[in-house]
Amino acid sequence: MTNNKNKVPKINMTNVTKSFGSDPVLNGFSLLINEGESLCLIGTSGSGKSVALKCLIGLLSPDGGSIKIDGLETIGQNKTQHEDLLKRFGMTFQFGALFDSLPIWENVTFRLRQKEKLTKRESKEIAKDIITQLGLSPQVIELFPAELSGGMQKRVAIARAIADKPEILLFDEPTSGLDPITSGVINDLILNSVNRLGATTLTISHDMASVHQIADTVAMLHRGKIIWCGSIRDINHTGIAEVDQFVNGKPYGPLTSNNTAISYSNQSETTD
Amino acid sequence: MIDLFRSLGIGLLRLCQLTGSVALFIALALRWSITPPFYGKQILKQIIDIGYYSLPVVGLTTLFSGMVLALQSYTGFARFSAEDTVATVVVLSVTRELGPVLAGLMVAGRIGASIAAEIGTMRVTDQIDALETLSTRPMQYLVGPRIIAGTICLPILVLIGDIIGVFGGYLVGIYKLEFNSSIYLSRTLEFLELNDVILGVIKAAVFGFIIGLMGCYHGYNSGRGAEGVGKATTNAVVSSSILILIANYTVTALFIG
Repeated sequence: MTNNKNKVPKINMTNVTKSFGSDPVLNGFSLLINEGESLCLIGTSGSGKSVALKCLIGLLSPDGGSIKIDGLETIGQNKTQHEDLLKRFGMTFQFGALFDSLPIWENVTFRLRQKEKLTKRESKEIAKDIITQLGLSPQVIELFPAELSGGMQKRVAIARAIADKPEILLFDEPTSGLDPITSGVINDLILNSVNRLGATTLTISHDMASVHQIADTVAMLHRGKIIWCGSIRDINHTGIAEVDQFVNGKPYGPLTSNNTAISYSNQSETTD
Repeated sequence: MIDLFRSLGIGLLRLCQLTGSVALFIALALRWSITPPFYGKQILKQIIDIGYYSLPVVGLTTLFSGMVLALQSYTGFARFSAEDTVATVVVLSVTRELGPVLAGLMVAGRIGASIAAEIGTMRVTDQIDALETLSTRPMQYLVGPRIIAGTICLPILVLIGDIIGVFGGYLVGIYKLEFNSSIYLSRTLEFLELNDVILGVIKAAVFGFIIGLMGCYHGYNSGRGAEGVGKATTNAVVSSSILILIANYTVTALFIG
């Protein structure tokens, strides 16, 4: 775990548990992230990384444990408190999750327009400004998500996440399905955005090149628990066979010795 | 024997679970439909989708239903020399029964499927989760406007459909059955009461609510992948069609007393 005794951690998840039916996905999941830190959560497919992220932001309700933001417990909050909490987060989803029926400028300024009355012209100006900072042409704002490539959609998703200048940014596999060059560009954009905002960042990634590029700290999730957490500099010298296998992409080892992937595809939880 | 009871028990529990889930969804949908902020642009968009774009389908359905009704009732009533009642039968059947039910079923097929597919796709592509993370309640932004638009649009569609259906009967009565135009029109209006139209409009509002609700419910609770969305779409159309027929009888029975 990352420790900083002088400060209250920005994010403090302790012994979080979450099951779908009889399948435990998170089983004593604990993670500390300090303010301004960029942490990458790694782990095999189906290990529960996205579930951990959704529990943190309140899209899923944990079965047990504690989740604190700036020292304040978030589990058991009422709807209004939860909505106030969400305003402090920006999140991108694995497949972008851009709103198909809205043009890019409305996607990017969606939250801003919920908060304050912006004219169409003001919204477009703001969207244009953010979109150009992320290396896209200003004309893109008039297009719809289906008209963009995968890489462009990821950039727009980042634009939407950072538009309201959140304190905490969550990225769920921001470079999955992209070529190495576009991945590098997206990682640069994440780094620049995070540095500009001074945000605390939690990123889920399978891509070790991305992890090396954007992480200060790395945590590995296995069987519902964090089995290692430390500086990115130490990732090749953990002495933990599971971490070693994952980091080096070895097909044989403890991660593949039995079927550890936990299926939670039958989840049917709604949160309203 | 034990297996039979087990199957019945499982079926009963599933039915209870489904009823509870739909009831909870209705309560949330009603709550958020009448709670500010109201998404005017979304409501307007849905009114155009549900109302304006359904007009040709509803118009054609009621036109030909009115035409065939005139033909069939003439053929039947001629057997006991009651041809004069054709105009009255057409107008009462269309306003009280055929207009609302046919419009409801056609819109259920067109709009119920479309709502379920759209919201189901949003569910499986995480767009609904994204809405929440952007401090927007999906119930208020997605479900409320569709239910409001359905409840507003169906009565208007039915009123227009009534006029077109009666006109269809008139066309057949005048040009094929060779009734006198002014007599046909006077017969049409002679026995029509305001209550007949009100009954049709009330039914239409209930049907519109059901279509919006079922489309949203099945889309919102869609299973994963293309198969899940496909099932949600089918379930939305089937459940709204069945509920429309049940509600049709219930409202009629309540209205007649």
